[in-house]
Amino acid sequence: MSEQSLTDAEIADLRCLAGMMIPASRKYDVPGADDPAIFADIVNSIGRDGDNVRGALATLRTFSGGPLTAVDAARRTEVAAKLRAEGGVPVSVLTRIVMLCYYRDERVMLSLGLEPRAPFPKGHIVEQGDWSLLDPVRARNPFWRQVP
Amino acid sequence: MHEKVDVLIIGSGASGAAVAWSLTETKMRILCLEQGDWMKQSDYPSNGRDYEARVFSDYATSPNIRQRPSDYPINDDNSPIKVVNFNAVGGSTVMYTAHYPRLHPSDFRVRSLDGVADDWPIDYPTLEPFFAENDRMTGVSGLAGDPAYPAHEPPMPPLPLGKTGFKIGTTMNQLGWHWWPSDSAIATTEYDGRAPCINLGHCTPACAQGAKASTDITYWPHAIRAGVELRTNCRVREITTGPGGMATGAIYYDLDGAEHFQPAEVVIMACNGVGTARLLLNSSSARFPKGLANSSGLVGKNLMFHPWAHVTGYVDEPMDGHRGPPLCLWSQEFYETDRSRGFVRGFNFQFNRTMGVGTEAMNAEANGLLPWGEAHHDTFRAMIGHRMSVGICTEDLPEEHNRVTLDPVLKDRHGIPAPRIDYTIGDNTNRMLDFAIERGKEILAAANARQVHTVRPVVYGGWHLLGTARMGNDPERSVVNSWGRSHDVKNLFIVDGSVFVTSGGVNPTCTIQALALYIADSMKQRLATLFD
Repeated sequence: MSEQSLTDAEIADLRCLAGMMIPASRKYDVPGADDPAIFADIVNSIGRDGDNVRGALATLRTFSGGPLTAVDAARRTEVAAKLRAEGGVPVSVLTRIVMLCYYRDERVMLSLGLEPRAPFPKGHIVEQGDWSLLDPVRARNPFWRQVP
Repeated sequence: MHEKVDVLIIGSGASGAAVAWSLTETKMRILCLEQGDWMKQSDYPSNGRDYEARVFSDYATSPNIRQRPSDYPINDDNSPIKVVNFNAVGGSTVMYTAHYPRLHPSDFRVRSLDGVADDWPIDYPTLEPFFAENDRMTGVSGLAGDPAYPAHEPPMPPLPLGKTGFKIGTTMNQLGWHWWPSDSAIATTEYDGRAPCINLGHCTPACAQGAKASTDITYWPHAIRAGVELRTNCRVREITTGPGGMATGAIYYDLDGAEHFQPAEVVIMACNGVGTARLLLNSSSARFPKGLANSSGLVGKNLMFHPWAHVTGYVDEPMDGHRGPPLCLWSQEFYETDRSRGFVRGFNFQFNRTMGVGTEAMNAEANGLLPWGEAHHDTFRAMIGHRMSVGICTEDLPEEHNRVTLDPVLKDRHGIPAPRIDYTIGDNTNRMLDFAIERGKEILAAANARQVHTVRPVVYGGWHLLGTARMGNDPERSVVNSWGRSHDVKNLFIVDGSVFVTSGGVNPTCTIQALALYIADSMKQRLATLFD
């Protein structure tokens, strides 16, 4: 059941909602979460979270009184705010999927100044730092509790 | 029916690996049964672009979410803290953050010093040589000279300070509070065939570099080379006993579900605080109606977790973010008892670097700090790479109502009754959390952090599974004696976190492994009289 595909209506609502969560930005020249490639990643990533995602979309449809795409922009904003406030775990799960897919898109990562890659094998540089910063702590007497 | 072995170890994680390796010196025939399989570094999440998402699927910390074939379900509905673990060769050391503090000398004398809980039947000096041996086998990085601890010398230099460490150290100096680079089970140089850390970050769900010391790459290669057999995909159902009340072996299921009996002269439990209790309770018989080794009635009771909290905020200075191991520094300024604080015992601050960009967005959104809509981008771009995180690990005192029992309904895929957890956070710990969170906020205020947010408790924070088969000298008040042998069954030993009498206020893996080495050494010293 949880691996079952979303219906076309659910996909339309999800895409509309994803675009409301993270819209495209001209300022940063990044797509929104409803971008075709990002949205395809979102749908493909639902996997074992299908029940929660469908639950969130069912609540969304209840709040909007029908397809989210069928209501005007002001009403959509109200519905989204209510969903975020009252949707519980299913909405948290749906939001997590949107965030994790959006922030691995190559265009988004590059715009943040991050390399779009897996951590391994290149890793990262972290400076060793100056351990003389510890000098005030080194100057303290041992303070672990002595045991008789 | 398999050929009888001298020593049968159940579980290949932190303690099972250590005890197996130590006992190889005896030349006995040693077999370890592990319910999971060998892991492959090439499969670990940080090999792929989807590394953050896999924390919510096949590398979830909760077995109830992860649901690998090697996992068993846990009914933790009646607990504000959920059990997290990993089931494979290496156990939860495959999926831990490798924070590696020792318990302190005072942790072994809680009753004498503070009038609560109980003293351990052993002390810090007894374990000290085994801490050192374990540091050497594990490969620990750190810096000698910490005034919060008795002197010890980690074999490798510490993890880098980085931007995050500099900011935290500067802030703690400003407050005049203790801080120190964490002892970490992460190689910072080449060590025993392992490559050094290259700052992948994302250490907890397994290290693709092999720098993190999980026992599949530390103890096990040595133990196997010395002749130990490690049999994988074997889920033990029960420990069997004979007419004399001695353990005779274990019944287990293989990967295909076929039932096997493995006879043994000695059985060693190494499944940690939930798994060991579950298996002992599942091993009841006419002679042991309350479960094996449970004449005290304490098997499964006194479960301790270390209730955890986080205080986080965003600072102006750039931090390391997802670059580098989450582990960075600790502070034990408030570790020892000061009754003027309104509680006894204490806690450890664990300062962490932060997470990948997707996880940071997800958490900020969940914490109500990141808006939906047009403002999302500006808000998040001001946050990313600026988060400062203060983790709080509180000492959990033993309380008998916090317990592991067998769930009357839930079973694993082999039909074996699953564990049920009943747990509440104690009053002393709640007062400690109040105090610790306020100190955490002071740290963030001193760092000029904004958007400060507290998480209390960390729900999926039940890493440390302690106390459910405590050690002691009194058979009516403990399950095993001072060297790990069951009071009731004289060829049954327990070497994992379940033997902890009190929890201390730090991550326990280092102490669990030192205990396992100590118990193995005690067995070796007594081979001729082991069952007397």
